[in-house]
Amino acid sequence: MAEKREVSVLVGGRAGDGINNAGALVARLLGRLGYRIYLYFDYPSLIRGGHNFAVIRAADRDVGTCREKVDFVLAFNQETVTRHEGMFHEGTAILFNADVVKSEGQGIPVTTILAAEQAPEIMGNSVMIGGFAKAAGIPWAVVEDVFRAALPKGTDLNLKVAKRAYDQLAVVQKIPETGSPPLPLLTGNEAIGLGLIRGGLDAYVSYPMTPSSSILHFLAGEKEKFGITVVHPENEIAVVLMGLGFAYAGKRASVGTSGGGFCLMTEGLSLAGMAELPLVFVVSQRTGPSTGLPTYTGQSELEFVLYAGQGEFPRLIVAPGDAGEALSWSAIALEIAWQFQIPAFILPDKTLSEGTYSIDPAALPLREEVPAVPGRATAAALPYRRYADTPDGVSPPAFPGTPGAIVKVNSYAHDEDGYTTEEGDMVSLMTEKRLRKQEALARAMNTFPQVNVLGKADAPVALLCWGSTKGVSAEVGDTLGLRVVQPVVLEPFPTTQLRVALSGATTLICVEENATGQLAAIASGYGIAVDEEILRYDGRPFTYESLLEKVREVIS
Amino acid sequence: MTGRNLITDVQNTWCPGCGNFTIQHTLKVLLAEWEKEGRSLDNVVLVSGIGCHAKIADYLNINSFYSLHGRTIPVATGIKLANPDLTVICCCGDGDCYAEGLDHLIFAAKRKIDITVIVHDNRVYGLTTGQYTPTSPLGFKGKSTPSGTAELPLNPVELMLACGATFIARGYTKKMDQLRNLIREGVAHKGFSFIDVLQICATFFPAADYYTPRVYEPAGHDPADFGKACLLAREWDYNSDARIALGVLYRKSMPGFGERVAVPIKAASEREQAVRDIIAARI
Repeated sequence: MAEKREVSVLVGGRAGDGINNAGALVARLLGRLGYRIYLYFDYPSLIRGGHNFAVIRAADRDVGTCREKVDFVLAFNQETVTRHEGMFHEGTAILFNADVVKSEGQGIPVTTILAAEQAPEIMGNSVMIGGFAKAAGIPWAVVEDVFRAALPKGTDLNLKVAKRAYDQLAVVQKIPETGSPPLPLLTGNEAIGLGLIRGGLDAYVSYPMTPSSSILHFLAGEKEKFGITVVHPENEIAVVLMGLGFAYAGKRASVGTSGGGFCLMTEGLSLAGMAELPLVFVVSQRTGPSTGLPTYTGQSELEFVLYAGQGEFPRLIVAPGDAGEALSWSAIALEIAWQFQIPAFILPDKTLSEGTYSIDPAALPLREEVPAVPGRATAAALPYRRYADTPDGVSPPAFPGTPGAIVKVNSYAHDEDGYTTEEGDMVSLMTEKRLRKQEALARAMNTFPQVNVLGKADAPVALLCWGSTKGVSAEVGDTLGLRVVQPVVLEPFPTTQLRVALSGATTLICVEENATGQLAAIASGYGIAVDEEILRYDGRPFTYESLLEKVREVIS
Repeated sequence: MTGRNLITDVQNTWCPGCGNFTIQHTLKVLLAEWEKEGRSLDNVVLVSGIGCHAKIADYLNINSFYSLHGRTIPVATGIKLANPDLTVICCCGDGDCYAEGLDHLIFAAKRKIDITVIVHDNRVYGLTTGQYTPTSPLGFKGKSTPSGTAELPLNPVELMLACGATFIARGYTKKMDQLRNLIREGVAHKGFSFIDVLQICATFFPAADYYTPRVYEPAGHDPADFGKACLLAREWDYNSDARIALGVLYRKSMPGFGERVAVPIKAASEREQAVRDIIAARI
């Protein structure tokens, strides 16, 4: 069998079978062989019953999307072989739990193996993974390494049951090592959490809501290592206001939610704008409106976070395209929020939040290399004036407990001291001060590379994408010889950098996972006309083939 | 000692005879006492909601967070968790705290976060010019209920007993010395302190003639006795005609939320190492 430089594996089973963990183990095995990984996890909104599946794609280059065909199938239930039959090709190796699945391919006698080692049912996953490792020709030493790293509890017994399956199965299709060093794997949400830590996070406050919850779980699990406070309050209204309480007291806080929870946060967002309190909002998008599809993806909150909150005030919105960008831009978002005393948004979606990606730690900037904006006044003079007017609108910060400083913040229109005012001149002055912050923010953001150009950089046809569609757009762009342009910063809108990125492009095709083309509409407002829109809004991310076909239709 | 003026130059716009003057004066007296005792007022933070009561943030010359309607308590909770050295006092209204933000009050009591909540309970919306609140009596004729309310009031003291507040008191703006002691003890209490202050609204609910003959201090009450506290709380249900107990009704010492969730802070270099270790372990 010819050696492949890319391989896709489908792992499917009932909810409760631990499919996500099984998928993660497969991803780590392939990662150890030197492949770059993308893992997509698909599950319905329930705890038990229903069908879950993970698709792991491993390639010798960065990947951020799935293919429609898979080379290996690990079937924990019958539905995996019946429902996903369309994903099989003639060479697909099917490995199945012989106790519950009837299929072609190699059956793995899970129950018999577990009984032989007197192992609990939950270790059935390890049996299946052991079988897969053999079918894929993965050396046993790699399996042992990965199990020891990923399964700290019951490692030996897990390895024993895996070895039995490994010894019983035959190699079907050897997945060769790439020769590249293995890279670590992170989910988008873990990357956001780590990025916030690197940005100096002191507190994370969140009410559980898919697909943001795993940030809360991750940071709560590691809070002692980072020395941060993690709070899960009564609702999202409390979440945002607690976050603002932390900010007022001088601690860097972030809150996390999805669209519905963010609805409840909007009065607090507007307060952040008026009181000039820094806070990072992570809004991980899922399919809306309303409860929508809780565990499926979408990109329909861009306009919502851009316009949310009464009144006019500056904000930052960043939409990372993969885990690596999530890691670096989450730190930047927190830093910028504090430099300009503004709310900042990190806007992932389910695909990014719960997807797993290879990241290259060598590309990770050191904490102190997160660029600081020069010229920021920091020393506050006494008597302290919380909203002292300055050339760039940013008032020197001070926090309660500072000797001699009386720190007054206010949701009402206020004067430089923070006292409520209804004087028209003062209201205008303070409005203009906030607008100058917007201008200073835009200038500062222009010092960052805010727009990625991928694919063929001088091609006349350009795909415009944002967020998690970066990976799939880049791959389609490579295949078709198109330019791919991905603004990471979406507010302040990076018009100048976007124009440079699109210079010479004659046809602009916008790729989004929403029904109305939100980025296209925003870009048009800045005079960047989009010629065609390719939109998907069924809750599923574009696959390589599905986007390729749509783009071909449009450019033909 | 800063010797600062405790009252700002901001023009006061409360109505003549408003009970808010009493609460403000009481806090001013307390602040002066604390300063005399050597406590720095730099470490005192006042959080107010929105309503007549909330103007106190503009009037008292201390750190303040003039928050949103109903949202004093989560802000105060964040401040206290961020910096446990701060003394955090919430001034809330009854519409503010018992209607718009009731969930936060319940959870603050449940958590036992170490803040002091003073409810300016005038039993009417003043700033929005006279609508009923959760503590208005049945049949209260306000602008939104011209033929009288059709619902019984909440009993916030009983509610706080049920929710786990560890310091529960009731004061009255015509009993200023007692009120000063209640707030002083509430602030000194480690845990969630709740003080419902029966306050006169001179314009929309001038109820002094009702309160003054009914209020009393229960002699020999032991605030550690939860059962007795419940009886005192239920004696007057904010609706029926009954005696109204004032004073510390319940007090209990328990570890609070702040102590339980506190995590030792790590140096930036330790955090960076933790990040790198986690990433390295994901190979």
